[in-house]
Amino acid sequence: MNGTTDRRGARGGRRAVITGIGVVAPGAVGTKEYWSLLSAGRTATRGITLFDPAGFRSRVAAEVDFHPEDHGLGPQDVRRMDRAVQFAVVAAAEAMADAGLAPGEADPHRTGVTIGSGVGATMALDREYRVVSDGGRLDAVDHAYAVPHLYDYFVPSSFAAEVAWSVGAEGPTTVVSTGCTSGLDSVGYATGLIREGAADVMVAGAAAAPISPITVACFDAIRATTARNDDPEHASRPFDRTRDGFVLGEGAAIFVIEEYERARRRGAFLRAEIAGFATRSNAYHMTGLRADGREMAEAITRALAEARIAPEAVDYVNAHGSGTRQNDRHETAAFKRSLGAHAYRTPVSSVKSMIGHSLGAIGSLEIAASVLALAHDVVPPTANLHEADPECDLDYVPLEAREHRTDTVLTVGSGFGGFQSAMVLRSAA
Amino acid sequence: MTTHEHAEFTLNDLKRILREAAGEQEGTGLAGDIRAFTFEQLGYDSLARLEAGGRIERTYAVALDEDCLNDTTTLGELLAAVNRRITEAHPARP
Amino acid sequence: MTAAVVTGVAVAAPNGLGTDAYWRATRAGTGGIRPIRKFDTSRYPVTLAGEVPDFRPEDHLPSRLLPQTDHMTRLALVAADQALADAGVDPGARDPFSMGVVTASSSGGFEFGERELRNLWSKGGQYVSAYQSFAWFYAVNTGQISIRNGMRGPCGVVVSDQAGGLDALAQARRLIRGGTRLVVSGGVDGSICSWGLVAQMAGGRLSTATDPDRAYLPFDAAAAGHVPGEGGALLVLEDADSARDRGARTYGEIAGYAATFDPKPGTGREPGLRRAIELALDDAGGTAADVDLVFADAAAVPELDRIEADALTAVFGPRGVPVTAPKTMTGRLLSGAAPLDVVTALLALADGVVPPTVNVTPLPGYGLDLVVGAPRPARLETVLVLARGHGGFNSALVVRRAGA
Repeated sequence: MNGTTDRRGARGGRRAVITGIGVVAPGAVGTKEYWSLLSAGRTATRGITLFDPAGFRSRVAAEVDFHPEDHGLGPQDVRRMDRAVQFAVVAAAEAMADAGLAPGEADPHRTGVTIGSGVGATMALDREYRVVSDGGRLDAVDHAYAVPHLYDYFVPSSFAAEVAWSVGAEGPTTVVSTGCTSGLDSVGYATGLIREGAADVMVAGAAAAPISPITVACFDAIRATTARNDDPEHASRPFDRTRDGFVLGEGAAIFVIEEYERARRRGAFLRAEIAGFATRSNAYHMTGLRADGREMAEAITRALAEARIAPEAVDYVNAHGSGTRQNDRHETAAFKRSLGAHAYRTPVSSVKSMIGHSLGAIGSLEIAASVLALAHDVVPPTANLHEADPECDLDYVPLEAREHRTDTVLTVGSGFGGFQSAMVLRSAA
Repeated sequence: MTTHEHAEFTLNDLKRILREAAGEQEGTGLAGDIRAFTFEQLGYDSLARLEAGGRIERTYAVALDEDCLNDTTTLGELLAAVNRRITEAHPARP
Repeated sequence: MTAAVVTGVAVAAPNGLGTDAYWRATRAGTGGIRPIRKFDTSRYPVTLAGEVPDFRPEDHLPSRLLPQTDHMTRLALVAADQALADAGVDPGARDPFSMGVVTASSSGGFEFGERELRNLWSKGGQYVSAYQSFAWFYAVNTGQISIRNGMRGPCGVVVSDQAGGLDALAQARRLIRGGTRLVVSGGVDGSICSWGLVAQMAGGRLSTATDPDRAYLPFDAAAAGHVPGEGGALLVLEDADSARDRGARTYGEIAGYAATFDPKPGTGREPGLRRAIELALDDAGGTAADVDLVFADAAAVPELDRIEADALTAVFGPRGVPVTAPKTMTGRLLSGAAPLDVVTALLALADGVVPPTVNVTPLPGYGLDLVVGAPRPARLETVLVLARGHGGFNSALVVRRAGA
C-alpha cells in the first residue's frame, strides 16, 4: 500500500530505516546462512517431504529444515502456532537481536507490528479440517475434535499477535494480506505508520508455510506450479526458455524498521532506508496479467518518484521472477516501460530460482536479499538460467552472483488479485 | 460424482459443464449450435477453461492436454478430442 | 491536510439488505438474528446467527462470476456497486489509476474453502477447483472489486480480526491523503458454514443461547458471548476537494483514527483500548468533550465488557457519553462489523437519532449511558466507533459531520 506518499517524501518528514533483519528461508535459517545460499547461487528446491505428494501434478517445493525446539519454542508454542507463525516469531527474534533491541526495550506504545500473509495458517487449517471431517468422511464437521487454537488459524491476525507478544509491542498491529505481494505491502504499510508518526519502531515482515495438500492441489488445478518433478533442484527457472511454473516455497523475513532520527540517536546500524514504495492493481483478472506490464510499471515509477531518484540510479532490480510463462514476460515489459533503456543496463535477478515462491512471505525475503545486496555490493544470481526466453532479454545475472556496486535497489512483487508493488531501498549508513 | 466412462460427450454435456464451471457471458450465451465458436469468442478465459477441463477429466475419466483447452479451441474441436480420448481409454468391448 | 470524506455507503446486514432496509430496521430496533438456515446445526451447541436475508446473487451479478466467488464476495461485489451508485460515481468515467480499494478480511472465503477441502479429502486433489487459489484468500474481495470496477490505483487488505474494518478505512484515508482520489473501503465478511462455525466456536466467545432475543447481551448481567453473523458495509471515500468540486453529497469525514495492541496476557499492564480512544481523538484534533456518541465494540464477554466500560468511563467519565451497540441486532459480522457501525454512525449523524441497543438490560456497575430499548433523538456532530479483535487488537475511529 502506498502510504502517505506525497505528504512526506524521503527528504521532507520522517524517514524509515531498517535496523534489523531476521530470516527463516529454505536452505537457510538465519540471515547469514541466507546470504551464503544466495551468494553461492545454491538452490533449496527439492521433492516435497512435508507430506506425501503422490498423485499431485507438482511434487517439488522449497522447504525449510526447521526445528522449533532449537529456537526456544516449547511444545505449547508449537501446538498454538501454525508453522508460518513459528517462522515469524523466530525471524522476529533474530531481527530484534540484530537491531540490538531486547524485547520491550523500545517504548511498547510506540512499537507496532505488521505481518504479511497471503494464505494465513493454511497448513494448520488443512490438517485440522482433515481431523474434524474425519478424513473427509463428514460433510458437517465435528466440533468435538476441534483444537482450542482453531480460531487462531481461522483468522491470521494471530500472526501479528504472536509477534507483538514476542517483541513486546503494543502499538498499531495488523496483518496485511494482499496475496503474493503481502511481504512487500506489509513493510510498505509499516513504513507509512512510521512516516505519519503512529509509531517509532515497527517490527514488520511476512511469513508463509503453504506447503500443504490443499495449496498444492489448487495450484495444480491452474497449472501454475512446475511439473519438473524429475529434477527438483533445477525446477525453479525464472526467465529461462524452459520454465514451466513456479516452485512453492515457505519461510519468513522480519525487519526492525525505525524512524531515522531515533535510530541514529541510539547508534543503531542503519542497514537501508525504505525510500519509496507504491502499489497499483491491474483490475484485469484474478490470476492473469496483461502483457504490457503497465500497472507494475506505474508502481515502479511512483516508488522512484517517492524516493526522488531517476530510473538510472537503480543499481539492481530484485525481480518477482516467479518462473511462470506469463509473469516473467509481464515483468520484463514492466521494467522496460518504467526504467527505459536503463532496464537493459541494470542487473535483474530472481531469488525464487533458489528459494522458490513462498507466496505472502516472498516479498519480505526479497527485501532481505536486496538489503544484503546493498551491504555486500554483490547481486545474487538467477539460478538455473541457461537459455533465456527470447522475450526476456534483460541482464538476469545467470547462475553466478556478481560483484556490483549497489547503493539503490528496486524490488517488486506481483500477485493474484492483480496486486503490483514496488519498493526502493537504498544504503543509509 | 459418477463417471461416465463409456458415454458419448455431447454438446449439451459440454454446455452444462461450462455453465456449472464458469457461467455464461452476457450477450453471447450458450444457446444453439455453437460448435464453431472458440472459447475466447464465448468469453471463457484460462481459468474458466481449466475449471471446465478439470470437470470433464473427472466426469469422463480422461486426460486432456493443454492444446485441447486453448483460447482458440472451438467447442467442436474439444468435443471431438474428448470423444476420441473416451474411445481410446475405454475401447468398446467385443 | 486533505480530508477524507464519505460520499457513498452500502450495507448488507442480517436485519436488512441494502442501506434503506437496514436503517429502517435498525432505527426500529428490529433484529436479524435467527436459527441458522444455511446448514443443519442440530449437532452443534451454537445454532443462531445473523444471516443476510433475501440475497439472490444471480439478480445482481453476471453468471460468469458466480462459480468463482464465495458468498461473502458476492455480497461485497453487490455492496461495492451500490456504494458507488450511492456516491453517484461512474468508475468507468474516471482515471483508473485514481481509484483504489482497501478491504478488511478475517477468514476469507471460508465456505468456498470448506467445499474445496471437502473435495480434497473426500475425493482427491484433482477435485479441487481452479478457483480455490484465490476464491478463499483474504485479498479476494479487494481483487474482485478492483477488477469489476476497473480500479487500478493502490489496493490493500488488512486482517486484524474484528478490528480490521476500522484499520481498512484508516488505510483508505492514508491513500486519499497520498493523492488517490477515490477509495472503496470497508468490509463484508462472514463464515456461516459448518467449518466456519466450528472454527468460531473454538474461539470460545459464541453464545449457545437458542432464543434470539437472549443470545447477544453486551453489558448485561446475562452476557455470555456473541452471535456470529455475515455482511458488513462498504464506503466510498474521496478527498474533500474533489467531492466538493463535483457537488457530491457528503455523509461525513473520517476525522480520526488510532490502533493499539493489548499487552501480552499476564503482564498486568493496562489494556490498550483507552489509549486507542485517546489517540484517535487526538488525531481528530478534538477532545472527549466533542464526542456525542460512541458505538461500542460490545463483546458480551463479561471480562471484555468490563475493559471497554472502564476505558469509556476513564475517557468520558461515568455515564459521560451516550453509548450504543446496534450490532445486538445483527450479531458480530467479523471484519464487516466495524464498517457497518461506521455507516450506522453516519446515518445517525444525518438523521439526528441514536439507534438502540436491543434486548440488553445494562448492568449499572459498568457506568455506561447505554441507549437501550428505543432510538434516542440527539444532535450529533462527532461519533466514535470502537472495534476489537481476538488477541488484543484495538481500533478507534472518529467520524464527524463534514465541515464541522
